[in-house]
Amino acid sequence: MKIERDLHPPILPLRLDRAGFAVAGEKLLQDISLSIPAGRRLIVMGANGAGKSLLLRLCHGLIEPGSGRRLWSSGETRPLAQAMVFQRPVLLRRTVAANLAYPLRLRGMDRATCRAMVEQTLERFGLTSLSERSARLLSGGEQQRLALARAWAMRPQILFLDEPTSSLDPSATRIIEEMIAAFAAEGITIVMSTHDIGQARRIAQDVAFLHRGRLIEHAPAEQFFDGPDAPEARAYLAGELVW
Amino acid sequence: MSDPFSTAFSMIVSGDPAFMEIIGLSLRVTLSAVLIACLIGLPLGAGLALARFPGRSITIIVFNALMGLPPVVAGLVVYLLLSRSGPMGSLALLFTPTAMIIAQSILILPIVISLTRSVVEDLWGEYREQLRSLGASRLRAVPTLLWDGRVSLLTGVLAGFGRASAEVGAVLIVGGNIAGHTRTMTTAITLETSRGELGLAVALGIVLLTLTLGLNAMVWFAGQWARERLG
Repeated sequence: MKIERDLHPPILPLRLDRAGFAVAGEKLLQDISLSIPAGRRLIVMGANGAGKSLLLRLCHGLIEPGSGRRLWSSGETRPLAQAMVFQRPVLLRRTVAANLAYPLRLRGMDRATCRAMVEQTLERFGLTSLSERSARLLSGGEQQRLALARAWAMRPQILFLDEPTSSLDPSATRIIEEMIAAFAAEGITIVMSTHDIGQARRIAQDVAFLHRGRLIEHAPAEQFFDGPDAPEARAYLAGELVW
Repeated sequence: MSDPFSTAFSMIVSGDPAFMEIIGLSLRVTLSAVLIACLIGLPLGAGLALARFPGRSITIIVFNALMGLPPVVAGLVVYLLLSRSGPMGSLALLFTPTAMIIAQSILILPIVISLTRSVVEDLWGEYREQLRSLGASRLRAVPTLLWDGRVSLLTGVLAGFGRASAEVGAVLIVGGNIAGHTRTMTTAITLETSRGELGLAVALGIVLLTLTLGLNAMVWFAGQWARERLG
């Protein structure tokens, strides 16, 4: 299926330049310099509270860096061609189809184009039979599928996923991972946080490892899983309790 | 004097014209007031939920307090505004159904504003990041949140309707309880009871009780339906 992603100027690579984020003086992210090139699958790892979710939110523009800078290569402060899927998807109290249409209408898409896009999306993800169901009454797995479909319909160049499968069972997790792989195959850049080392191995091309708000390792996946330089990352992979 | 209950019963069954007229006026006044209060209160309450400005807390407290505004005080305020020497006296609205609609709107408005603020603020906590991620500005989030909170908001609106249809003080002061013109169910009950004409009072009392019961049933079933259908 052809998707007209070339409507938008390329927004990647995304660069963080010594970016930091603090709440009430507590530095939650510090000194993060990172470049995310187009077409890669980056997995963000680290213990609870290491700053994975915050890093994704900072990149996506839900929070602003208190120090340093976030630079999209298009020069925009918050490009439209990006989307994020949260750990627990927030679906509107409306039908599945209305959930898909909502962000498209927000972008000023006209009714006819929007309807066509919604239909295309429903079909693409096997949601057509659910289109008139209330989104809130879907199962957890179906809800996350809808959240991913909604993100896809926004035609992102980059998709952020914050532990998208951590509250799902294995079969639902597998479906979500397949969707992510399909997105990546279409050229969508993936930035995803996860706790699941097996999942990270399955998906990652690159790994960013956070420890106490700092990016202490950023390497190609093979190199990272073979033996990371940082002792904290080695300990984490070995299953030790790092905090 | 005949038994008030049998008089009431025959009035209800025969659909006595004076009796029906009183019910009709009551519903017209209260429904208009609810509509006006919603048109103003829903967007204002949602705005109050999302906006951050100095004095926001005070504003919220004032509207919460006004939910308990005594109807007679609301009536008095509107009376002062509309009386011939008042600032809006030239409109000659005092002792008309319009004056009663204004007074009841003032009574219902704080309920609609406060409940809307509370419902929308809760939803906003849940939706905020997702809506921002999807590209909705704060202003654009207002209609989204109102629509997604529709079931809870309906409860608030019906609570407002209940308060207005049950109150007597405000409509009595600004309406004047003029037969065939500004006589509502509650003002009629007050007058008829004091005159010892209990038949009409009992009949209207039964209608009011039925209305309250019906409203509560509606709220209950709407909530049940929404839980099943909307999640």
